[in-house]
This record gives sequence, structure tokens and C-alpha cells, in this order.
Amino acid sequence: MSDNPNNWPLWEVFIQSKRGLEHKHVGSLHAADAEMAIENARDVYTRRQEGNSIWVVEAEHIHASRPEDAESLFDPADDKVYRHPTFYTMPEGAKYI
Amino acid sequence: MSNALFTYTLRLADDLLVLSHRLSEWCGHGPVLEEDIALTNRALDHLGEARNLLQYAGQVEGQGRSDDDLAFLRNERQYRNVKLVEQPNGDYAHTIARNFLFDAYHLPLMHALLKSKDDQLVAIAGKAVKEATYHLRHSSEWMVRFGDGTDESHQRAQTALDDLWTFTGELFVEDDVQKELEKAGIAPASGPIKAAFDSTVNEVLKEATLKRPEDGFMAEGGRDGRHTEHLGYILAEMQYLQRAYPGAEW
Repeated sequence: MSDNPNNWPLWEVFIQSKRGLEHKHVGSLHAADAEMAIENARDVYTRRQEGNSIWVVEAEHIHASRPEDAESLFDPADDKVYRHPTFYTMPEGAKYI
Repeated sequence: MSNALFTYTLRLADDLLVLSHRLSEWCGHGPVLEEDIALTNRALDHLGEARNLLQYAGQVEGQGRSDDDLAFLRNERQYRNVKLVEQPNGDYAHTIARNFLFDAYHLPLMHALLKSKDDQLVAIAGKAVKEATYHLRHSSEWMVRFGDGTDESHQRAQTALDDLWTFTGELFVEDDVQKELEKAGIAPASGPIKAAFDSTVNEVLKEATLKRPEDGFMAEGGRDGRHTEHLGYILAEMQYLQRAYPGAEW
């Protein structure tokens, strides 16, 4: 499909569910330009009150790490438990940590 | 007065019910998935708006008719929608042009209804106005894409406009019902709504490089129950179940 030059480009859609929260990736869609992508995202991904704000990014502008690099990128963190903040005693009465 | 209000509310409701049915015909047939969903969303918006209005019409009439009764058990001569909304979908440019012409009328109407002396209509319009704003945005943008797109899309959009233009006069008809309610401060005057319609249409068509059709013969009668042949087919499909199995619930 993507070989057809008449097809609209692919866009990745990010929706913010509540003010203050992050925009989360929810999926993708096709659109001719950014404005259409936002409207399509509204129609496809926010029909059940999921959204408060929409970001769209053309998929070709996203750079991803390579799956074959996964070992060298992520495995070294395996045995470094001291990077997790789990060695502290929680102060009494602190709720939201 | 309550008679006029009943008719007026039916007019508002039937425009939306019939347009909703037309748009629902696109479900599963849209040109792309995204537009298929957009039109189906819109069909559901109109169905919700129509239900609110039909429920209110039933109250105004005071004969105990529900929204379902009014939707499923009236014949085409009792429907009060404009002829514009019952026109067939045609190609996508036709559907968009029909939406656009209706939206350019419907949005200012909803805005004006916010100042009505009828609290129920104010409440219904308050809900509809946000939806109508998005509908106009969607249809305007597509008019520009088609008009200022390829030769073929331009031609199709222009043909659609030319075909549908004759149905726009009816949107602003000033008859006894309209005048009576206008006097009572319930229905907004047609003049300012026509002015808003003209300004939207001119602005969007200019950007779309499309030509505004000349005002010629204007088809009327829908507001009084005289429709084009298309409405009967719509109702036959919409009402089949209630007519075949009266009182069926599911």
C-alpha cells in the first residue's frame, strides 16, 4: 500500500487524556496533511471522550532504535538494581511517592 | 401558537433525522476508513439532536407521541425537512457539498436559537452548536480540498454545488409558522441567518476556487410536507420494521 504514491502519508497519533498528563501513542491513520490528520484523529480516536488534546506526527519523522541493538542498549541495565529507588525507608505518613 | 411550535420543532428535527439517515448510508462505504468513521460520527450526532427535538415536539403536541412514534409512524407528507437533506448521496463531492450547504445554514441557526425565548430549544441548541461547529469545519475543509484539488475533484465539486443550489432557497422560507414564532421571539429571523450563510459560502467557495451558482428557480415545499421522490424511499427503509411489526421493541 505504501508503495502507491497516491496514498496519503501515515501519521502517528498521540492523545492526552487529561490536562497535565502526557500524550500517549494511540495508533496511526492516513491523512493528506496535518490539519486533516488532527480531524481524522478526533473522529477515529476520541469518540468515547478519550481526549483533551491531540498530537499528530508524520510517521516518517519518527526515528526508532533497531531491534538488533536491543541487547546492547537494554540488557546492561539488568543487573543494576541500585538504580531503582527501592532502598529507602518510606517516611511515615508520606502517601504519594 | 403551540401548533406553530410543534411544526417548527418538527422542521428542525426532520432536517437532522433525514440527513442522519443519508449519512448513515455511507457506513462501510466511505472512500477511506477515516472518512467513513467521520461521517458515521456525524450521522450519530444528528440522530441524537433529532431525538431531543422529536421528544420536545411530542411534548408540545401533548398527544402522548414519543420520539419513536414521530420518527417511525409519520408519512412523507407529514415530514417537514427541507428537500436539500433528502437528496441522494451521489459521489463524495455531492455528499460533502450537501453537508456544507446545510452546515452553513445550520450553525448560525443554532447560534441564533441560543437567544430564543423557548428554554427547551435553547438547551437543545446549546448542545448542538458545538457539534455544528465541527461539522462546518469538516465540510468546509473538504470543499476547499475538492475545489482547489485536481481538475476532476474541482469539476465534481462544482457539479455538486450546481445540482444542489436550487435546494438552498427553502432554508430561508418565511411562512406563517416562521413569522408567528419570530414574533413570539422563539424562532430567529431568517435574514441574519441568510447573511451568515452567504458570508460562509462566499468565503469558502473563494478559497476553494469554486463558482457560486446563480440564484435561479428555488425548489420549495419540503417545509409543508411536499417532498422530492427520494424521501419515500428513505422512510420505507427507516420505518420498515415498525410498520411490519408494530410496537416491536429491541
